[in-house]
Amino acid sequence: MNITARFTALALPALLAGSALLASTPTLAAGAAAAPAVSDANIFNRNLKKTADPNPPPWEDGIHDPENEATHALQPPKEAYAGLPTSTYGNHIDWVKALDDGLIRPRWDRVNSNEEPFVMDLDIVRPVKASMPDVVFPHRQHTEWLFCSNCHPAIFVPQKGANQINMSAILLGQKCGVCHGKVSFPITTASCKKCHSKPKPEGWTPPLSDATLKNPWK
Amino acid sequence: MSPKIERKHPLNALILGLLVSLGLWAAPQDSQAEYADVVINNYADAAGMRPAVFPHWFHRIRFRCKVCHADLGFQFKAGGNQITMAKIIDGQFCGACHNGEVAWSVENCAMCHSGIPGTPTHFHGSTLQRLIAPAYKPLDPKETAGVKYDANNEKNK
Ligand code: HEC
Ligand code: HEC
Ligand code: HEC
Ligand code: HEC
Ligand code: HEC
Ligand code: HEC
Repeated sequence: MNITARFTALALPALLAGSALLASTPTLAAGAAAAPAVSDANIFNRNLKKTADPNPPPWEDGIHDPENEATHALQPPKEAYAGLPTSTYGNHIDWVKALDDGLIRPRWDRVNSNEEPFVMDLDIVRPVKASMPDVVFPHRQHTEWLFCSNCHPAIFVPQKGANQINMSAILLGQKCGVCHGKVSFPITTASCKKCHSKPKPEGWTPPLSDATLKNPWK
Repeated sequence: MSPKIERKHPLNALILGLLVSLGLWAAPQDSQAEYADVVINNYADAAGMRPAVFPHWFHRIRFRCKVCHADLGFQFKAGGNQITMAKIIDGQFCGACHNGEVAWSVENCAMCHSGIPGTPTHFHGSTLQRLIAPAYKPLDPKETAGVKYDANNEKNK
């Protein structure tokens, strides 16, 4: 949250309170009495919050204490991210590409830096009833980072189609949402097609709802 | 390209101090820390230590998820591992690495205990946390069977 905006938010009610005081003095009241108060709630973006700087240094990020000396010894993310492929969400880094291109070399073992991951290349297609492209779950990118037991069987039964998955569960932090939206890339307009990556066949249209098919006012 | 590291302007610190004293700061949803930073504060505050902050971005450059979440047994749940210093010095959790062998040792208290006091345990920047309203939750048909929508019911306002 930017400090000026907070400051205005703080100062505004004080100013308004001041002018209300003025308006209630007898001399000014005569002309202004009938004017209805206009809501100051009509700001352009009521709910949209934009982050000015997605990767602030620890001492400016609002969760680290700038009063703590050691906070200033921590690494600012931007220093580490220089040269890595970018994205527009999450850490604003494309971690899959960074790993595939060998730009980072995270260990698969706590101490042995030469141990290779157990990578399995198996795509699972999950057809989607709605207009969104079908979901392709790629085992390859996941087994680069994770072990089978991180997902099987606690999060997913290892059998194609055996798991009920839908978007509201994911947004609530279940199924794919255990990681996506927490550490792996989050769910936002620009990332939908990362999962919804298999286009619908040519000429596909969404099924009509019963309320439309049986609409008595048609 | 190395970005310039700027210290906070003294005036900003003053305004910040003012806002904190007015109780207008400190709400975690207003911070803009790095995605996937975890604040762990089950016990730290109560013991007079700043909460611990765990940076995922920093560790995933050095380790795959598997090392911590399969080998070392970190559950996928912020605050869900009941981490204590007794376990850490016995080589569990953070102590599997922060032992002077794999990473700097545990006497660097303030490197981990760097959170703003009073910040609750949370996962920073999660999709759930960023939603304007809680995500739609499918209604339980058992609970809603035979119930008609009543606009005057307090619960529906
Ligand atoms: C990130 C989570 C994740 C990880 C890690 C993971 N899987 Fe899976 N796996 C899935 C999902 C999701 C499915 C699809 C389930 C469905 O369609 O309901 C699946 C399906 C499977 C299936 C069923 C395939 C079929 O055709 O029926 C097998 C077998 C499997 N996984 C084995 C593995 C093995 C072996 C590993 C480790 C090398 C592994 N998985 C790692 C998430 C994961
Ligand atoms: C246990 C954690 C976990 C779960 C559960 C999980 N993922 Fe992932 N996923 C990851 C990680 C880690 C990556 C690597 C990229 C990153 O971190 O952003 C990844 C990457 C991906 C990618 C690759 C993107 C690319 O750039 O190639 C896709 C697609 C994806 N996940 C889809 C899914 C889907 C669909 C599900 C649910 C069926 C799912 N994931 C469940 C952890 C997970
Ligand atoms: C992490 C992967 C992932 C991301 C990112 C993602 N989805 Fe999904 N989505 C899924 C999966 C898995 C399903 C369930 C498919 C099935 O029925 O098996 C699904 C289903 C859906 C459905 C069908 C209705 C339902 O709830 O099942 C819609 C619509 C949808 N997603 C929209 C979106 C939109 C819009 C976005 C971007 C804001 C998005 N999805 C991002 C994985 C993802
Ligand atoms: C590698 C990171 C790390 C270092 C270094 C570290 N701690 Fe902790 N400490 C943690 C974590 C994580 C917790 C759990 C926080 C919670 O749940 O409140 C914790 C909890 C605590 C607690 C409360 C729980 C308990 O064990 O009673 C105290 C007190 C504490 N630390 C003191 C210290 C002191 C003093 C030092 C330096 C000698 C230190 N810590 C160094 C990570 C660390
Ligand atoms: C160096 C160790 C380490 C590595 C590597 C690591 N994590 Fe974590 N992870 C943690 C710790 C510590 C927590 C917080 C646990 C706690 O508070 O008790 C956590 C918590 C989580 C959570 C829980 C979120 C919630 O809902 O509260 C998820 C999901 C997660 N990590 C996914 C990942 C993924 C995906 C990767 C790989 C890209 C990864 N982690 C790499 C240590 C690690
Ligand atoms: C798998 C090993 C591993 C585990 C587990 C681990 N760390 Fe680390 N951590 C490292 C390494 C390696 C470094 C880099 C050390 C260096 O710079 O010399 C590091 C650095 C850090 C840093 C400093 C980052 C910076 O900006 O320089 C913090 C803070 C930290 N760890 C906190 C924690 C906390 C809190 C936990 C437990 C919840 C934890 N770590 C668990 C390996 C680990």
